[in-house]
Amino acid sequence: MQLTEKHKEYWHRNLKITALLLAIWFIVTFVFSFYARELNEFTFIGFPLGFYFGAQGALIIYVAIIWFYARYMNNLDQEYGVHEGEE
Amino acid sequence: MAQAQSQSAFFSQLKKYYTFYTGGFIAFVIVLAILEQMGMPNKILGYIFLFATIGLYAGIGIMSRTADVSEYYVAGRRVPAFFNGMATGADWMSAASFIGMAGTLYASGYDGLAFVMGWTGGYCLVALFLAPYLRKFGQFTIPDFLGARYGGNIPRTIGVFAAVVCSFTYVIAQIYGVGLITSRFTGLEFQVGVFVGLAGIMVCSFLGGMRAVTWTQVAQYIILIFAYMIPVVWLSVVHTGNPIPQIAYGQVLQKVTAKEKELNDPSTLLGKAEAEVRAIHKKKQDDTEAKLKSLEAGGAAYLAEEKTKVEAKLTELKAAPTPDAKAVEAAEKAVKDFPADPAAAKAAWKKTADGAKAKAGPVKAHAEPFAGKGAEKKLLRTNPAATPEEIAKAKAEDDAESNKKRKNFLALVLCLMVGTAALPHILMRYYTTPSVKEARQSVFWSLFFIFLLYFTAPALAVLAKFDIYYLLVGSNFSDLPAWVNAWAAVDKTLMSITDLNKDGIVQLAEITIGTDLIVLATPEIAGLPYVISGLVAAGGLAAALSTADGLLLTIANALSHDVYYKMIDPHAPTTRRLAVSKGLLLVVAITAAWVTSLKPGDILFLVGAAFSLAASGFFPALVLGVFWKRANKLGAIIGMLGGLGVCMYYMYMTYPFFGVNAPKWWDIDPISAGIFGIPIGIIGVIVGSLISPAPSKEVQELVDHVRYPNLEGDTSTAAA
Repeated sequence: MQLTEKHKEYWHRNLKITALLLAIWFIVTFVFSFYARELNEFTFIGFPLGFYFGAQGALIIYVAIIWFYARYMNNLDQEYGVHEGEE
Repeated sequence: MAQAQSQSAFFSQLKKYYTFYTGGFIAFVIVLAILEQMGMPNKILGYIFLFATIGLYAGIGIMSRTADVSEYYVAGRRVPAFFNGMATGADWMSAASFIGMAGTLYASGYDGLAFVMGWTGGYCLVALFLAPYLRKFGQFTIPDFLGARYGGNIPRTIGVFAAVVCSFTYVIAQIYGVGLITSRFTGLEFQVGVFVGLAGIMVCSFLGGMRAVTWTQVAQYIILIFAYMIPVVWLSVVHTGNPIPQIAYGQVLQKVTAKEKELNDPSTLLGKAEAEVRAIHKKKQDDTEAKLKSLEAGGAAYLAEEKTKVEAKLTELKAAPTPDAKAVEAAEKAVKDFPADPAAAKAAWKKTADGAKAKAGPVKAHAEPFAGKGAEKKLLRTNPAATPEEIAKAKAEDDAESNKKRKNFLALVLCLMVGTAALPHILMRYYTTPSVKEARQSVFWSLFFIFLLYFTAPALAVLAKFDIYYLLVGSNFSDLPAWVNAWAAVDKTLMSITDLNKDGIVQLAEITIGTDLIVLATPEIAGLPYVISGLVAAGGLAAALSTADGLLLTIANALSHDVYYKMIDPHAPTTRRLAVSKGLLLVVAITAAWVTSLKPGDILFLVGAAFSLAASGFFPALVLGVFWKRANKLGAIIGMLGGLGVCMYYMYMTYPFFGVNAPKWWDIDPISAGIFGIPIGIIGVIVGSLISPAPSKEVQELVDHVRYPNLEGDTSTAAA
């Protein structure tokens, strides 16, 4: 079995989207928590912002990251012809 | 094509079944509510909830019985993404999430959010790094992947060891929760409760393995999410008029924050009374600490002397012309509970001193992250003429404490997240979907269903806090709400309230609330009928049972499939493989229940330890196995052993239970031992791989195979 250029490109794009989403995950989780004390100076719909991110905001973003990844990759499978047959 | 049609027919059939089931369950609750109004006693209601739900799970378990290997291990690989998401949700959310989480948030405010973020954000790692690739690999267990990717029995054996260690640690925490709920709502002994719960766990998984567990978990998810939501929504409507607690609690939080300020300000009426009670706690703390010092110096002789004093006091009280019955009773209890030896005395007194210390300080602001020691505020309060140098020094102390807390918060979040992406009972669930595409969608549904509960827990904590701060604090001892007395009668560690300064009014520092109380008592705090309390108990039971089921199955499968079938007898016929698996399931379950009935250690630590162990042992070898072709057998062995070893060593050295109490590394708490184990694991895999030859061509092709959902001319690794 030999991988074609197309296959390599598919994997490359997979790595790119994985890295991008991971970066968002990292910022939301660790950078925002690191600066939670400072973010709390701001208010968002009645919540101190730092608290809001830990309790609600980060969770919404996590769900969105996974939703986007599933959609993106399932489309990419089709585009590069590596999707599964109807089995 | 025919298969695809039957898959979609299967999906709509499942939808029909579970809609019908949900309707039936709601009708069941309504019937019980009517019976309650007609005067059915609470205890009977508790029994009906317990046995009806366990009976229901047993029914599903029996209907799903199977003798087919693929059905038994991976539910036939045809669980639709949506339902696999629900099952994973129930599998994931344990007694700690359902009962403990909101209470932890109530007690620690922002700092408790480490659990909320850690236990949801980990799914991003599952989605991005593992689920689709494991599904493509398509065998039965996680050690299967390690065995195929790294070759030979050693990586597989380490995998089995790691899977058993972390699942067993975790399952004890679950069975503990089962025992707690059964005993509380039926009045059975804790030990009996453990075994009743165990029977409930076994009927689900024994006959049908993964297939039965999957369909039971879906049913359990539906019960637990209803049970969690109803009281919170009701509480939110009562306090804010808004039925969406997750939005409404912002304004409640503001009120809570305002009250915290008032309670901490001695110039207000409430704050003054609060300061009085804190002074009483402070005195108790100082007295007990002085006793501890004398004990350190005097040893057993001092203890005997103290004991004589306590006994003398009892005699004196009894000899009084008109003995005060209450005081005599208290003195008798003091004599009876007096610690037997210096070690016991040290432990008991330290607990008393710590408890008093926690209440002697000001109330912690709920939304404030990583609160410092409060040294600066204290200085300004006690010494208005403090010099700028003194103020700067106090401020530096606060900052150091705050930064230490922040460091531990971030470390815990990381360990919980990476641990999530490495716990075998969760990863195994993604073997059960029909395709890679559905595995990806299934992670989304999993997190979505988990999110519903975790998104609500912070709201519940704040709403409950509002109730306590506004309705309980400042009320009269003569008319306490009924739930306070009811829970105080059940268990003093969950709820106790004493008028320490004898003013007849409740102060916050006079209330002791156990973290488990928040969820269990919410229906009563909100003034809902008892049937909702029963529902919450049933929800907690569902959460604990479903997680225990998934974990026990993981352990039994690792032993029967990986050890027995793959290593001892590869030619074993199907019937014998299943018989061995079921036998092991029984043995493991009974062992776990036995260990639990001994009540070992702290539940939260057990849970945290399971995550740190899984994170250090599995994550590096699994992820690098997919993303780095060069990773090989030696690397996996060094990485897994190194990660696990460092993690276990650090816990052993620093967790007080083991008694070594070595100094911590960079102030990191033992619960986050994974913070050292994970990097060691990664470095181990990389170094070990680079110093030994690259893996064979077949292994590299296997990596390509799992990377692409479909490769032409590729061979299949999937087991039937």
